[in-house]
Amino acid sequence: MAASVSLSTAPVGGDGTGTGHAHFGRLLLAEWTKLRSVRSTYWSLIALVVAFLFFCWLIPYLTTANWSQADPSQQANLLADPIGTIMSSGQFIGQLAVAVLGVMVTASEYSTGMIRSTLLASPHRVRMLSAKSVVFASLVFVIGEVISFAGFFIGRQTFKNLLTVNLNSGDVREVVGGGLYLAMLALFSLVLGALIRHVPGAITGIVALLLVLSNVISLVPGKAGKYLYTYEPTNAGFAIMAKHVPDNFLLSPWEGYGVFAAWTAALWVLAAYLLVRRDA
Amino acid sequence: MIEVRDLVKRYGNTTAVDHLTFTVEPGRITGFLGPNGAGKSTTMRLILGLDRPSAGSALIDGRPYAELRDPLRHVGALLEARAVHGGRTAFNHLLYLAQTQGVPKRRVHEVLDLVGLGPVARKRTKGFSLGMGQRLGIAAALLADPRILILDEPVNGLDPEGIVWIRQLMKALALDGRTILVSSHLMNEMAVTADHLIVIGRGRLQADMPVDRFIAQFSNNAVLVRTPQSEQLLAAVGEQQGWEAARGAQDGRFIVTGATAAQIGELAAHRGLVLHELTPQHASLEEAFMELTREAGEFAHQGPGRAGAPAQIPGQPADGTAAPAASSAPPAPPAAPESVQEVSDGR
Repeated sequence: MAASVSLSTAPVGGDGTGTGHAHFGRLLLAEWTKLRSVRSTYWSLIALVVAFLFFCWLIPYLTTANWSQADPSQQANLLADPIGTIMSSGQFIGQLAVAVLGVMVTASEYSTGMIRSTLLASPHRVRMLSAKSVVFASLVFVIGEVISFAGFFIGRQTFKNLLTVNLNSGDVREVVGGGLYLAMLALFSLVLGALIRHVPGAITGIVALLLVLSNVISLVPGKAGKYLYTYEPTNAGFAIMAKHVPDNFLLSPWEGYGVFAAWTAALWVLAAYLLVRRDA
Repeated sequence: MIEVRDLVKRYGNTTAVDHLTFTVEPGRITGFLGPNGAGKSTTMRLILGLDRPSAGSALIDGRPYAELRDPLRHVGALLEARAVHGGRTAFNHLLYLAQTQGVPKRRVHEVLDLVGLGPVARKRTKGFSLGMGQRLGIAAALLADPRILILDEPVNGLDPEGIVWIRQLMKALALDGRTILVSSHLMNEMAVTADHLIVIGRGRLQADMPVDRFIAQFSNNAVLVRTPQSEQLLAAVGEQQGWEAARGAQDGRFIVTGATAAQIGELAAHRGLVLHELTPQHASLEEAFMELTREAGEFAHQGPGRAGAPAQIPGQPADGTAAPAASSAPPAPPAAPESVQEVSDGR
């Protein structure tokens, strides 16, 4: 019958015997296949690119158009940090696309049941999570750097009748930081999705953190409020894109990014531990 | 070869898999049978390393699943629960699996054609029917040409043509010397498919034997006898070693067990008794199965599992003399059948 025809005609190659683990490169390639073969990846990344670049044009355009009506303090803010003016609105909106996609990369495996296929193919769960993390963070890093520089040049061009924006040494961190922040946020969201294992729950969590908690926390008075504000992971990470950190921020930009990285690393380890412990 | 040794899985206070031990041998189809909620899927998930056992081990070719290098080359599995992302095409789903194992891309096309999904390879799987989903699962199981196949309810959702196809596929794979473990809650399906049966009820092993022996051992081969000379026949049957007769609903009808129709006919002729009817009542595999799981139920109510509930009544000796007392005053087992059912349904 049809069934018996091609069963044995399948030399599938490879060295299927023995213990040890598959090449990490194979897992990277496989996770890349997974990432590029669902629509949500494209929609989220298109949303990121379009929203980010649009705001990098819009804010300088509106600023230039309304320059004569702007009050002196607004004008001073712009002149003090023109790159921040160009990029911060786009970053604030664009990060949501990365956060949602990051959550989906892991949590949707659980909501669809795909996690069972994944773990059958790749039973060493920590290696699987590592491969996923490397692939997704790298993709977001590359796209994040490309759009950061593209957005900078778009904004500089739009500003050119008003002022000249230079990419001197201190400001390079602001631009490069755009990609660095998004890459770390990608990891952070991916880990959150792996911990919560539920798409709507994890999206609600990350969006609440980014849009609500990170701001509300600054209303806490006194020293405690400053600590809370500074060590909230996304605020800490956002500092990497600021020329001057806010008054209530206690660390330098790079230290802030380190705090975000430490949060992400700690949650990653927790997620890996729970991934190994929990039933799939 | 699959070796399950003293495997236990507990969820809180309920025990879904209770000290299971069995071996699945190559070259034959082993049917894994039990009513819904018996722990079949859980056992398979434990073998496949998806769930962590509470105790015991499940080995594949002598190793736990997680230690297999390129596991899909050893074991192909079709799970009962959906295990694909609906937004991904059938081709990309299999391509992902192939890449993790270092299996070439052309093999993806091969298995898609084998299961008849070639024409819809580039379609997203969320549009697939139940049967197409099963075929995709089977394609995934066969992808890396494994020597062992674990199939959880593979005929679910298949049309009659698909069911025949699966049966022939499994037989071809077994003939090829592969190890096949296939679960079902349908005895009759197993009767025409399996060579060997492992029956579980409430997480415990109830039977582990060839299908033929299973039928012989667990079915009562009964014969319906109708005669105007009831008393004489009853007496004659009663004299025979191992025969038993029970009166039927109508006068002059008996059900005789422990003898064939031919033996009863010869006995009647020998004694000069008139018979009006002599009909063998063939017990089906389904009846044998129900018989077995019914016993499992009674057994469970007495409580003395190796796992937990203390079987012994205080003041009673531990040997067989305790049995009547235990059955008249059964200690309540903590693992109520309902809660076992609940856990298994949720999976």
